[in-house]
Amino acid sequence: MSAPPLEAGAPPTKTAAPLLETRALSRSFGALTAARDVDFRLEPGARHALIGPNGAGKTTFVNLLTGVLAPSSGAILLKGRDITRVAQAERVKLGIARTFQINRLFRGLTVLENVYIAVAERTGVAPSKWRPAGLRRPVVDEAMALLESLKLASDAARRIAELPYGRQRLVELAIALGLRPEVLLLDEPAAGVPSAESHIILDAVAALPADIAVLIIDHDMDLIFRFARRITVLVSGAVFASGTPAEIGANAAVRAVYLGQASHG
Amino acid sequence: MILGVDVASLLLGGVAAGMVLFIVSVGLSITMGLMGFVNLAHGGFAMLGGYAVAHAMKAWGLGFVPALAFGFLLTAAASAVLERLLYARLYRAAELDQVLFTIGLVFVMIAALTMRFGPENQPLPLPSALQGQIDLGITRYRTYSIVLIAVGAAIALGLWLGVERTRMGAQIRAAVDNRRMAESLGIDIDRLFTLTFAFGSGMAALGGGLGAEFLGLDPQYALKYLVYFLIVVAVGGLGRVTGVFFAALLIGVLDFALKKYLPQGGTLFIYALTILLLLWRPQGLFGAKA
Amino acid sequence: MTGAHPAALALARRHRLRPGEALPWLLALGWFFAFPRHLGFGTEVLITILFAVSLDLALGYAGIVTLGHAAFFGAGAYTVGMLAKHGIWHEPLTGLALAGAVAAAVGFGSGLVLLRTRGLTLLMLTLCTMALLEEAANLAHAWTGGFDGLDSLPIAPLLGRFEFNPLIPRTQYLYALAVLFLCFAFVRTLVYSPFGQSLTGIRENAPRMHAVGAPVPRRLVVCYTLSAAIAGIAGGIWAQANAYVNLGTLGLDRAATVLIILALGGHGRLYGPFVGAVAYMALAHYLSKIYPTAWQLGLGLLLVVIALFAKNGILGIAAALGPRRRAGA
Repeated sequence: MSAPPLEAGAPPTKTAAPLLETRALSRSFGALTAARDVDFRLEPGARHALIGPNGAGKTTFVNLLTGVLAPSSGAILLKGRDITRVAQAERVKLGIARTFQINRLFRGLTVLENVYIAVAERTGVAPSKWRPAGLRRPVVDEAMALLESLKLASDAARRIAELPYGRQRLVELAIALGLRPEVLLLDEPAAGVPSAESHIILDAVAALPADIAVLIIDHDMDLIFRFARRITVLVSGAVFASGTPAEIGANAAVRAVYLGQASHG
Repeated sequence: MILGVDVASLLLGGVAAGMVLFIVSVGLSITMGLMGFVNLAHGGFAMLGGYAVAHAMKAWGLGFVPALAFGFLLTAAASAVLERLLYARLYRAAELDQVLFTIGLVFVMIAALTMRFGPENQPLPLPSALQGQIDLGITRYRTYSIVLIAVGAAIALGLWLGVERTRMGAQIRAAVDNRRMAESLGIDIDRLFTLTFAFGSGMAALGGGLGAEFLGLDPQYALKYLVYFLIVVAVGGLGRVTGVFFAALLIGVLDFALKKYLPQGGTLFIYALTILLLLWRPQGLFGAKA
Repeated sequence: MTGAHPAALALARRHRLRPGEALPWLLALGWFFAFPRHLGFGTEVLITILFAVSLDLALGYAGIVTLGHAAFFGAGAYTVGMLAKHGIWHEPLTGLALAGAVAAAVGFGSGLVLLRTRGLTLLMLTLCTMALLEEAANLAHAWTGGFDGLDSLPIAPLLGRFEFNPLIPRTQYLYALAVLFLCFAFVRTLVYSPFGQSLTGIRENAPRMHAVGAPVPRRLVVCYTLSAAIAGIAGGIWAQANAYVNLGTLGLDRAATVLIILALGGHGRLYGPFVGAVAYMALAHYLSKIYPTAWQLGLGLLLVVIALFAKNGILGIAAALGPRRRAGA
């Protein structure tokens, strides 16, 4: 659960065991290479951002990490264990959770029920067929507590379809948190949210528990530089640059890639 | 030598039956691949077309070919109207609603035809030139079956060229593969759907008229043969002309051969084969993986 | 205190019995006393409701679109029929349990392989499986009676005392009612359980369920198996009540009819099957014999209208028109 202790006084070194790691991860669709030899490390408690021009393969990478896509080659390791062949649902049980770029919610159900489902799966209550779902106090209470921490409690009884998009996006986050992940992958958490509401998302992201390792994909540079302690730049499926925000900000090649992207529109 | 004759007549009969299946089912495959719509009423269009052909020949004295053209055009026009008014509302609907709608439509078609023409079989008077037998060297065979094979092959070639070589064909292929991308490329999806649907239903009508000699024409036609059309489409792969063609020939030959040599278990064998095939390749023999 | 939050309270109360839920059972009992000459028809309705309930579990709650559910109805019916006709087993209650078990086995086996697919492929596979069973029953006429089926099934009296008299279907009616009650109670419990909640999740957004770690294929197979078992029980009662079984129990006609009934009453709703079955069979009973073609035309138009404008059936319309409170499951 916790990272191996570092030697007293020593700065964090790259040889500390990463929580999530990929080695030469690649994925092709015929002639199109969506991920190219990606070496990536995510430390416990990380605040890591993945940025890059459109079509760089960021969502593909998250799909590879979560098991939605199988890699063409390479390996994925979680706490040193090879999970490259492990199915998506299994990886969730092992501690990886994600949010989707476009909301994937249970639209006909209430906010509470949405989060309930996630908590019920995690705690093993979901397959149970006898006692009514609503009477499972531990699950209900945990779901409500989670909603309260995200300031969603006032909407708990409302159906997803009735909520404004920004609030729905928050439910997307709540579901992922209901899984108590060790690794949280956020795919453009503020995407599609009107700018008037986006601060809700940003505040929630900023308030994430410190012991969760978070990888966030986004285009909003303010968010990235405020939030991230490490940034990886992905271009055409390959790692273009990796470092602290200061290093990336100062990297002329990175700026050129983005400026080049801007001129192509 | 006798065995060769048997095999030849088996193949000819099966291929002829397969051609009918192909002509009827190709429209279903294209529209299902294009629109993602489960159209269980497709057999109904074949049935309507067949009735139109028969009626034109018997009541108005039209020749076989003009009657076929009439059946094609009438059914294409009617289906275009239905598509714009009704089908289009359900493109984004749940699969269940599409199934219910098309089942309902088939019921309406069957009832309407029963009311107008009665429940009996409608024999189609074939022109004398197409009746009888033709000498092929190794064997004599029904002229009509040979004609069907020739017509079917011509249609298959024409469709294949149309899909592969024309602009509209390219648009269809693009939209089948990725509708959103096709839309963003500026393709008028609505118009494409209507035209394709009309053409596909017209083809079904053609198949209904051409195949009436073998499959008959009675109000139960639409449901009797529905499973066969669906099997051909599912096994061939949605949206693929080549897929439907080979699947139709395969099913046609198999069914023909089984009726002759294994009359007891024939249909069972086809169902079992379909199940195994679809489990092995859910996208069909020629379909693209989801 | 989170327990006091209105959302949590609503969730906790969701499963509680509402007074209106006694209505169908009171009506059914009332029918028994009020219309003793129409108990045959009544038994048919009760069996159809049970069959529709089984389909609703798979279709309405888990979202498995199948045109082949009669495969399980027929499996149950033929189990009872063959055991009785060939002198192997006559006792109705255990025979019914066997019918359910056989149907469950068929459901489990077919579900394991079929439910990996979706959309048209799944629809085709369910159709073909049912057609396959129908053909097999047709061919194995030494066992199944083939096209003619098996008639005059010797069924032992229920609990040793109550005879199944085809001319006076009192036993059949109450028997069917009791079994329907028990099975419905089971389904109702299931629907409100966490398992039922996860089925709804799968129906609403299957990719999301994968992403929360739900073993979706396993859940679907379990649901399908349970649904098949109940359908088999319905078929078993049918065979026992009619003392007769034929290929129609496995046919597309029966499968399509139950689908229509669910659409009519409202799928994904506990009482949809009740409303749909009563409405459909009442209409069919009177119209389909007198004006068969007009009946088919009317039914077709009704389906078109339902698909276009009333996707949630009669109960859906009632819920939309009724007072603004959350509809039941």
